[in-house]
Amino acid sequence: MTSPYADPAETDDLGLAVDPDAPVLEVEDLRVEFATDDGPVTAVDGLSFRLHPNETLGIVGESGSGKSVTSMAILGLLPSTARVSGSIRNRGQELVGLKERQLRPLRGNKIAMVFQDALASLNPVHRVGAQIAEAISVHRSDLTGADLDARVVELLDVVGIPDPAARARQYPHEYSGGMRQRAMIAMAIANEPDVLIADEPTTALDVTIQAQVLEVMERIRDRTESSVMIITHDLGVVAGVADRVMVMYAGRTCEVADVESTFYEPAHPYTQGLLGSLPRLDSRSSDRLARIVGNPPSLLALPPGCAFHPRCPHAEVPGRCSDERPELRDLPGGHRVACHRSEEIEWRPQEAEAEGAAVHDVEEVE
Amino acid sequence: MTAVAAGSGTGAADLPAPPEAPPRSQWQLFRRRFLHHKLAVFGLIVIVILYVLVFGASFWVPNDPLEQDVLLGTQPPSGEHWFGTDQLGRDYFARVIYAGQISLKIGLAVAIISTVVGALAGAIAGFFGGLVDQILMRVTDLFLIVPAIAILAIALKKFGGTDIVIILVLAGLGWMSIARVVRGQVLSVKEKEFVEAARAIGASNGRIIFRHILPNCIGPIVVNATLAIAIAIVTESTLSFLGFGVQKPDTSWGNMLYDAKGNVRFDEHLLYFPGLFILITVLCVNFVGDGLRDAFDPQSRR
Repeated sequence: MTSPYADPAETDDLGLAVDPDAPVLEVEDLRVEFATDDGPVTAVDGLSFRLHPNETLGIVGESGSGKSVTSMAILGLLPSTARVSGSIRNRGQELVGLKERQLRPLRGNKIAMVFQDALASLNPVHRVGAQIAEAISVHRSDLTGADLDARVVELLDVVGIPDPAARARQYPHEYSGGMRQRAMIAMAIANEPDVLIADEPTTALDVTIQAQVLEVMERIRDRTESSVMIITHDLGVVAGVADRVMVMYAGRTCEVADVESTFYEPAHPYTQGLLGSLPRLDSRSSDRLARIVGNPPSLLALPPGCAFHPRCPHAEVPGRCSDERPELRDLPGGHRVACHRSEEIEWRPQEAEAEGAAVHDVEEVE
Repeated sequence: MTAVAAGSGTGAADLPAPPEAPPRSQWQLFRRRFLHHKLAVFGLIVIVILYVLVFGASFWVPNDPLEQDVLLGTQPPSGEHWFGTDQLGRDYFARVIYAGQISLKIGLAVAIISTVVGALAGAIAGFFGGLVDQILMRVTDLFLIVPAIAILAIALKKFGGTDIVIILVLAGLGWMSIARVVRGQVLSVKEKEFVEAARAIGASNGRIIFRHILPNCIGPIVVNATLAIAIAIVTESTLSFLGFGVQKPDTSWGNMLYDAKGNVRFDEHLLYFPGLFILITVLCVNFVGDGLRDAFDPQSRR
């Protein structure tokens, strides 16, 4: 790839960042293993990234690519069967290896999470207002009574819940889907966290509500100056809100770049495949969508070399791609990719279409 | 992206207003649902009347339950003695009402203690799982296989047949079923996403158990607690009937049955009246439990 990258100052990953502000979140060589009956499964394999202040990072990947496990690892919420190694630092404080007791003051306070299914994530027996109040009072005892109530109403107002004082006294089942997700966001930002992790925050919502929720998240980020990590399989969501995008495949990063280069100059064949499979407004209706051939690999039996090579249209097999695992390396412009052949392959949406010409359906790309 | 969800500070004007009238409080919802359960309301009224009448007996019962008239002997119900008299000529109505004080007190106390103990044990076992679960559940099994009558007989010998001893023994032998039910509930509730969400806001285990999990098990707990009242009253009656329960001079409905059993052939009323009170109490308590279960379910909109 030869196109000039615009802004080389903002680099990322593995100690190469030149950002003057300390990153709010630094993940280095994160590895999460689960012991299963069929042997250890490495759900996340040597993941490194940084989250800068007031930045939105989109993490994209198929099911099983390790994106949710990563977010759970950051909060220390993985089940006890998980073995976590590497380093996760929040403003310099190491989180890996902390005891439950030490992690608790951070959860919901420094690092907060918005879950996918807001109905399931709100306790049905408590009022929404009481649950938001709880998120506050878990961490601070100085706010009580009317002050606490006022703060709850303010938070609901911030996320755009109409008539927040009355709504605070209602139960989750009296809320609509979009309002529940807003209430979850209100709960997550209650303590103005450094990092807001949103795990598929809009997947359970219909498209118009999705847009509203994303808009709320964007506004919140600017208001509270939190950094947002948005985990999704929806490239549309990423394009809308993220500053940078990290594409994951089989527990590893395959590409990190700012959102423009990800969409216009994807360097990894997997990213190219994902983009090629998106329907486009300007394509002819007779064009078929490209697809990524095959299925995501089982984490129990990852292919040797590049985990993506069996599905990759550009793979050298036998050759580098099937023998040697590509490490994440720099391309110009802060673009990072884990592919041996990034420079040799060229991204043309039409090419992707041609590759998939014989295919009748769209599949596998979540 | 459309410009929905207007700016902060004012709340969004472009979303529809809440469709419902002023939101009801949890208590109002609960009460409304309970009141829709006619049988439960009936049961509750009967139970309340029963408790008031029984514990206020000294204010309104005309006869002294201990006053004997041996010459009168056993009499069938009459205008003067509503429930007749027993072998010693004591007013049977007064005796049944006063005996209720012991029976109802034991029922309530046993239910409260066994529910608290059972819910705690079940919640801890279910929540923490693993070794804690194993130990607690084996202890539960141990208590389940203990023969209640033998324990009571021993306890009576050792500590005397006071109501405190009987309450503690019955509670000690009654918490296991609640523990098992609660454990099962907790096992399912703890997998719910809101528990994960509570963890994600930094809630401690204790907070998660007491604030997030147990309130979601309230239905089964309450139903079992009411059942426990009924069971305690019946068990106490059974034990007293066998001579292991409340000891003289205290009298419960169970002892009255015990005292009456020799005369069944001739004086059936001695058996019927205490039996009837046991039956009514247990039945009404169960109605109430049923109604509470429906009322506690926030999804039920009856």
